[in-house]
Amino acid sequence: MTYSQPETNAATVARDPEAIIIAKGVHKRYDNDFHVLKGISLTVNKGEVVVLMGPSGSGKSTLIRTFNGLEPYQEGKIEIDGTEISHNQKGIELIRREVGMVFQQFNLFPHLTILKNVTLGPIHLKGLSQDDAEAQAMELLERVGIAPQANKYPGQLSGGQQQRVAIARALAMEPKVMLFDEPTSALDPEMVREVLDVMRKLAQSGMTMVCVTHEVGFAREVADRIIFLAEGELVTDTTPDKFFNNPEEERIKQFLSQILH
Amino acid sequence: MEYSFDFSVIADNFGLLLSGAWLTLKMSLLAIAFGLIIGVIGSLFRTSGNPLLNGIALAYVEVIRNTPYLIQLFFIFFGLPSLGLTLSAEQAAILSLAINFGAYSTEIVRAGVESISKGQIEAGLAIGFKKLAVFRHIVIPPALANVYPALIGQVILAVLFTSVVSQIAAEDLTYAGNYLNSRTFRSFEIYFTIALMYLAIVWIVKALAYLIELRFFEFAKYRK
Repeated sequence: MTYSQPETNAATVARDPEAIIIAKGVHKRYDNDFHVLKGISLTVNKGEVVVLMGPSGSGKSTLIRTFNGLEPYQEGKIEIDGTEISHNQKGIELIRREVGMVFQQFNLFPHLTILKNVTLGPIHLKGLSQDDAEAQAMELLERVGIAPQANKYPGQLSGGQQQRVAIARALAMEPKVMLFDEPTSALDPEMVREVLDVMRKLAQSGMTMVCVTHEVGFAREVADRIIFLAEGELVTDTTPDKFFNNPEEERIKQFLSQILH
Repeated sequence: MEYSFDFSVIADNFGLLLSGAWLTLKMSLLAIAFGLIIGVIGSLFRTSGNPLLNGIALAYVEVIRNTPYLIQLFFIFFGLPSLGLTLSAEQAAILSLAINFGAYSTEIVRAGVESISKGQIEAGLAIGFKKLAVFRHIVIPPALANVYPALIGQVILAVLFTSVVSQIAAEDLTYAGNYLNSRTFRSFEIYFTIALMYLAIVWIVKALAYLIELRFFEFAKYRK
């Protein structure tokens, strides 16, 4: 699979400089004229783990949702692995197969068993046989520690388990990038760790990840870069060490004092 | 009371009643199956966000739900031959019942579709499914489960509606009863028996609906 590169320490490995997400001057306004993204430019390279942080309303979730075309934008340009995402474009679903997404609310399909949640995409979109798709799904469920629950329905699982299934479901499409939109925000505190552990392992395997999260421990340990947004603008794009230990901007200091209590 | 009951008319003609009951059940099941397909497509149109498709489905629902079923039946059986489309009584009955049930089920299924969270749809899109495939694989199954009780209520009404088709001489259970009544005038015995037979048919349909629920909507009991 594309993400199973040799295990290395994510923090020290030399990064492949090849860009996989390129955003240039992205503007988004809602219908009521609220200007949520004000000219965001950034690049994510293959194998990087980028954490997006910022106060609520800063546009970080909106930004991550533009990377797979769930959120249209009005100006600027976004390229995923060399293919431009433009509005209502035909073939957007081909790009989405390359970009996995994990949502705050898990969004598992309630009418399908855990196993079928994971095999739905590969069977219908990649043409895998049921046997092959199930073998692949069981391997992924094993990795996220949910294999024993394969034949249960989502409603029978805890939030943390559901979110781990959601990660397996996204990985089943063998994406080049994984987007995480506040993956632990809807979880009870005791379930946050099990999800972060899965994300940490995924990062160590070399997966390119963009995560919107407030989990400081995860960001410090796993992220290669922290991008801080405020009021729709990219304030800084820096290393976790610099971001948490020597923030320059007043807005970042204020934000950190709020989330670190 | 002067009247002496004589149910021998039922026993003597039970074969006739049974063949009428069989036609009633057959017409009901076919009309419900076709009507449900219409309802799913209608709900797709109603929720598509496309003004033309929505308009077509809305006009269909408005016309069918706000005109008498008997008139719809007469229009299809007696009216359409003027356009060169002549149907047998049985065909006209099934077609009109399907069109009628389709309009009601369009609105019921639409309510189910609208009960599915945007997050489910986004999850389907994010995997790479096209909109239509999201509707088919991700929206419709839980949508049907959510409105299943309302749908079954309408299904039962559709079964009972079939008694109207005796008016165009489709030889259903009501037709068989009317036929026997006109020959024997044993109205009490005949319509009492027919009512019981309708009850039995509805029970059969409900039992089928329950089996479908067990087979396809097992997940529903695990939802919060």
